[in-house]
Amino acid sequence: MSEEKPDLIDVQINGEWHKFPKGTRMIEACRAVGADVPHYCYHPKLTSPGNCRMCLVEMGMPPRPRPGEDPPEPDEDGHLPIGWMPRPAIACANTIAPNMGIRTTGELTEGCRKGVMELLLANHPLDCPICDQAGECTLQEYSVEHGKSESRFRERKVKKPKNVEVGPRIRLDDERCIMCSRCIRFTDEIADDPVLGFTDRGSHTVLTVYPGRELANNYSLNTVDICPVGALTSNDFRFQMRVWFMKEVKTIDTNCGTGCNITVFSRQGKIYRITPRQNNDVNSDWMPDSHRLNFHWIDSEARLTEPLIKLGDSHKPAAWTEAIALASDKLNGIDGSEIAIIASARMTNEELFMVDRLSKHLKVGHVDTVARKGENDGYLISEDRNPNTNGVKLILGLDDPGSQIEAIKEGIDQGRIKALISLQENLIDDAGFTAETLQKLDFFVHSYPLANPTADLADVVLPGACWAEKSGTMINVTGRLQRLNEAVDAPGQTLTPWEIVRDLIQATGGGNGIYSVTDIFNQLSAEVSEFDGITWGQIGDLGVPLIETGVTIPLLEREKERIAQGIIVG
Amino acid sequence: MSLEVPKELEKEIDERITHYPESKRSAVLPVLHALQHHFRYIDENAVEWAAAKLDLEPIKVLEVVTFYPGFRQTAPGKYHIRVCRTLSCAMSGSYELMESLCEKTGIDRSGVTHHDPIAVSADGKFSIEFAECLASCGFGPVCMVEDDFHEAVTDVDELLKQYP
Repeated sequence: MSEEKPDLIDVQINGEWHKFPKGTRMIEACRAVGADVPHYCYHPKLTSPGNCRMCLVEMGMPPRPRPGEDPPEPDEDGHLPIGWMPRPAIACANTIAPNMGIRTTGELTEGCRKGVMELLLANHPLDCPICDQAGECTLQEYSVEHGKSESRFRERKVKKPKNVEVGPRIRLDDERCIMCSRCIRFTDEIADDPVLGFTDRGSHTVLTVYPGRELANNYSLNTVDICPVGALTSNDFRFQMRVWFMKEVKTIDTNCGTGCNITVFSRQGKIYRITPRQNNDVNSDWMPDSHRLNFHWIDSEARLTEPLIKLGDSHKPAAWTEAIALASDKLNGIDGSEIAIIASARMTNEELFMVDRLSKHLKVGHVDTVARKGENDGYLISEDRNPNTNGVKLILGLDDPGSQIEAIKEGIDQGRIKALISLQENLIDDAGFTAETLQKLDFFVHSYPLANPTADLADVVLPGACWAEKSGTMINVTGRLQRLNEAVDAPGQTLTPWEIVRDLIQATGGGNGIYSVTDIFNQLSAEVSEFDGITWGQIGDLGVPLIETGVTIPLLEREKERIAQGIIVG
Repeated sequence: MSLEVPKELEKEIDERITHYPESKRSAVLPVLHALQHHFRYIDENAVEWAAAKLDLEPIKVLEVVTFYPGFRQTAPGKYHIRVCRTLSCAMSGSYELMESLCEKTGIDRSGVTHHDPIAVSADGKFSIEFAECLASCGFGPVCMVEDDFHEAVTDVDELLKQYP
């Protein structure tokens, strides 16, 4: 006892004694020892109103001695006996106390759960067969674990509004709502757009968006994720695919420098949905709507699916060997100082590493990437709209990526640059190049996922896989190294950009021997000092801090403050 | 459209808010009462005015307005009648009282619902709704016309005569 740290207190959970830091919520203490407590309204990133009552557990404290009575004797381990309380306590909003006892099983707790489930389902429409939430609905899950097979409710169910458009991207079924208020708290506390509330409280409580307003902020779809039932559904995903048919792949968002951790849901090579994945060092549990919905172009008609070679004014399909051979012949005939490479800060570290090799091998005179700047939205969207600017700086050694683009344009215009290799960037639409400039080139190789005006002018067009179709690593704005995982196959003959660059290196007479992205990572990790020999496995699903950039993510900073104040668990 | 709140009413409301120093939110009820007393009901302009006054989002005020049946969301007539329908009054004839009041004042209650409880006469002179216990269970049926209390109402004509 005397060795005990002062901030750890003893709590008995289901008969076993454990130690937890002071201030731990009962529900988190139970979770930590594998005794998960079912809950609906509780969410660690939001305040705890304790309104769903699903987390009721049996709780006890040492009995207080009556006047004149001796206090209870501790046992040999120093624990006092527990006097169990006749009524249950909610585990979500209560914190542990010294010598507290919690029972997450047993007659009282089980009875409470059964009762709460019966009441929640009394007015529920039970329309699971046509509900998008089916398969990932906690009402279903807890019904299996704690529900009754039959309802005693024989009255008419309360009718409430259905198919309500609460915002441009979200639909509400008020009959499915169990009034947990997670969405209301999210819009109040995280998105700072409090337009949701409960009106007509009583037997007819309805979730309402304030008349004349709408739930339209760029974080609105997070309410669909945290809705424990099928009340809030996404217009984009609604009725598209049953959730149990989809394959889940953990990867990262590439729409900005934050690199939100995400899960990509796909079936048979088609992406149906993207949801945020918890990472308390990057995006907490959230992500912007604009980023999560930016995937429909991936299986669009505009995808390039085979290499193309320019013949006169038009392109003809070619085999990879033919296209690469043509490119290498042309490039070998031009002096390195007259070649420029424009790579992309949307490429992975591994791809950039290969680009660096190619540029060194060809002794290329100009290498740069295209900068993308936007406004920091004060939440999760970084002003750097490229996902891997830090990778570009480290691996290509560029201090100010994007600063040489103008010089490259000028070089082409003045005839000093004769060949251009543009990798994963649409130079006309995104980098301010004109067709006139590009037409001055003797030779132009372009890789990109989609057909685009730049490709129209290229001598060789190579279909390069997009972010969802490749694995690799990126470094976000805070300097965190994170892993991108291949979620779906690239269409047709598309190759990943590192394969394209490797083939160019090989065909122009450089080395070979690289067959997997982890091979490249291992070389990269050995050669670039900042990586310090880190292994692919060490990066894990949540990434690792790699470099200090001093950049912070505003939403996370606010969450840290709320955790410090004890408002949320975090 | 914004609400035109007279200077004096606003002064009174500002004074009432000072009774709730911890959080302005707790002053929602007194502010709404004052607004309803003056404007006779609370429409969306009143909700938004109260929200702005208390630095709240309008939805937080609407939540309160829709919770209390005592807050009217539609305009009542010149004289608003509330008929008690809780047990004692119901047994001593409050439903009959409601029927005869409607008949005499020309009010059609067929459009009344749980969410829209007030019916108004065509001339706008009277409006009526059922209320829960008005706390005079020994003397049913009981009703209130505006702030006047009427117990054991039997003669509806006599009652209505007092409200020209």
